[in-house]
Amino acid sequence: MNVLVAMSGGVDSSVAAALLLDEGHDVVGVTMKLWGGESDSGCCSAADVDDARRVAQQLGIDHVVFNFTAEFDDRVVAPYVADHAAGRTPNPCIECNRHLKFDRLLARAEQLGFDALATGHHARTGRDEATGRWWLGRGVDRAKDQSYVLHVLGQHQLARLRFPVGTWHKADLRRRAAELGLRTSTKPDSQDVCFITSTGGRRAFLGDRIAVRPGRVVDTDGREVGEVPAVELVTVGQRRGLGGLGGGATRYALDVDVETGVVVVGPPEALLVEEQAVGAVGWVDEPCAGPVLVQCSAHGTPRPAEAVPDGDHVRLRWATPQRRVAPGQSVVLYDLADERVLGGGTALARR
Amino acid sequence: MRPEAVEAMLPFLSEAFGNPSGAHGVARRARKALDEARDDVATALGCQPGEVVFTSGGTEADNLAVAGVIGARGGVAVCSAAEHHAVLHPVEHVGGRVVGVDAAGAVDLDRLAAALDDDVSLVSVMLVNNEVGTVTDLAAVAELVRARAPRASLHTDAVQAVRYLDVPSVAAVADLLSVSAHKVGGPKGVGALVVRQGTPLAPLLLGGGQERGRRSGTENVPGIVAFAAALRATVAERSELLERLHRLRTRLADGLVQAVPELSETVPRERTAPGWCHVCIDGVESEALLFLLDRAGVAASAASACSSGAMDPSHVLAAMGVAPSRAGGALRLSLGRTTTDAEIDVVLEALPDAVARLRRPAA
Repeated sequence: MNVLVAMSGGVDSSVAAALLLDEGHDVVGVTMKLWGGESDSGCCSAADVDDARRVAQQLGIDHVVFNFTAEFDDRVVAPYVADHAAGRTPNPCIECNRHLKFDRLLARAEQLGFDALATGHHARTGRDEATGRWWLGRGVDRAKDQSYVLHVLGQHQLARLRFPVGTWHKADLRRRAAELGLRTSTKPDSQDVCFITSTGGRRAFLGDRIAVRPGRVVDTDGREVGEVPAVELVTVGQRRGLGGLGGGATRYALDVDVETGVVVVGPPEALLVEEQAVGAVGWVDEPCAGPVLVQCSAHGTPRPAEAVPDGDHVRLRWATPQRRVAPGQSVVLYDLADERVLGGGTALARR
Repeated sequence: MRPEAVEAMLPFLSEAFGNPSGAHGVARRARKALDEARDDVATALGCQPGEVVFTSGGTEADNLAVAGVIGARGGVAVCSAAEHHAVLHPVEHVGGRVVGVDAAGAVDLDRLAAALDDDVSLVSVMLVNNEVGTVTDLAAVAELVRARAPRASLHTDAVQAVRYLDVPSVAAVADLLSVSAHKVGGPKGVGALVVRQGTPLAPLLLGGGQERGRRSGTENVPGIVAFAAALRATVAERSELLERLHRLRTRLADGLVQAVPELSETVPRERTAPGWCHVCIDGVESEALLFLLDRAGVAASAASACSSGAMDPSHVLAAMGVAPSRAGGALRLSLGRTTTDAEIDVVLEALPDAVARLRRPAA
């Protein structure tokens, strides 16, 4: 099989390429150039492209770089800025998966005659013999599982995707990389948004692009209890940096209104809700109703709920009250065995 | 590299290792070779040997021309929007003026005239464009500069031009001229800036005062010797090469226009040197096309490759006013000394296939 493997310059995709070679495939490595601005981590820095190219050289495969900076600006960076400006909490890595890796790059791979696109994600896929339908499952290494950020995948994509490291534990992957002498074997995992620098952070990035405004922090009775330097950066559920006056009980952001510049804070129990609305839901296979497990952050604990689909929205009725999910965050539904992704969407604001 | 260039440099990589500034026999051999190479380069470029400043290549020569003149004299630098980045970025760096080009990529003389005044101390306009091959009428540029900005020195980036044009006559009007060895079959990492006598120039590199204080650093003797050998051979072969390239380019361009629907030549052939076949192909992305061509054994290019290896959109096509949709399908096929009819056949076979594949709707 001809396989294009997306190489970020990290250890996972390095070993993914090596595993595909071991399986006897014809492999070409590709690194996407996504971000032209400042960066100190992630998938787009020149150092990461160097690492990807050097690993490809070591493995004896061709390596190419595709310049998708324009699409990345349009589909990831601009919506990220717009979400913050509107008081939502965006998930740029998921939008990058949706629009760049598994749309633009996958289409390019098909166009160039590749049978499959592979990435170094910790997740598994397979095909149900009886139905011929593809499934998406959690990676074997639960601590590294990335199925949450892959919930955007549907049948068309899964049929063309391979996740070679999804059946591996990270420690074994690093060991394998070391055996192969790959320069990425001890490279730390990337954690942060690739276009946000560690020195400037989100605040500097957004400050260069939108006029961030200070906000008033009030309690549920409307009493002013503090202020924040940038209301656009406050996330529902956030505890730190809310400038609580005079100590007292820990307060969490309950609501953020960027229009009026007001952050409402309250005790943790005020965050609890019976239901959560989710919008723009996509399904790995068919829409699912009924009992599911729900994960609301990349490494969050799955919680039981009842899913009630309504068009491309889903209403989740929690088995026990849960903290409100920040609008804009991805909400991913799993089966009750907590193995397979059913679908997912974006948390909506409380009406 | 040309075999004569390889052969010329070999002794200076081994037994003739001397530093030309030394005061002993080994050094004298290197000095003699360096002096002779300088004579040869001067002859090929139509200048005095003392006017040749050897550099690490075209980029350094361009940087030295811009920063050197502005550094020595102050004032404003002016260049065309289709210059190589090695000119464009230094001009922008010193806060210079960037002048628009015509649809073929040559500097627009009206807009150049408007940008010239007594404050201008350097004008840089390339002789042959590196992306699309357009030849600039340097005499017309020089006339304008002398009339409108009499204090200004004229620099031309002739890195591409030396293969195709009779530089001593065409570029006699320039006060400064950049060349690069690897564009004439010499090694990478060596080039020269011609600085005509009387042209003010502040050095970029300070140190031992080599190159008459204009470029310090021990001379790259093997590279310079090979550069001179390559340049001699280039000049000797030029008329024969031009004839062959014209014939090959005609075959290639005619063949492509005929075989690929919605393919157009970016610049009319009569305005370009024959080493370029630059086309824009509708409905195709350059990056994808280059990948398929590479698989078919065709080494082509789109714009200029950035350091990561990704293709950046071409600033030259943008300056020419080529619509982004059309520029997105840009393809630059270069022809040279070693290009054969068989290679043209490979392209004429591979390119229509690749374009057809890329235009096929997604499954």
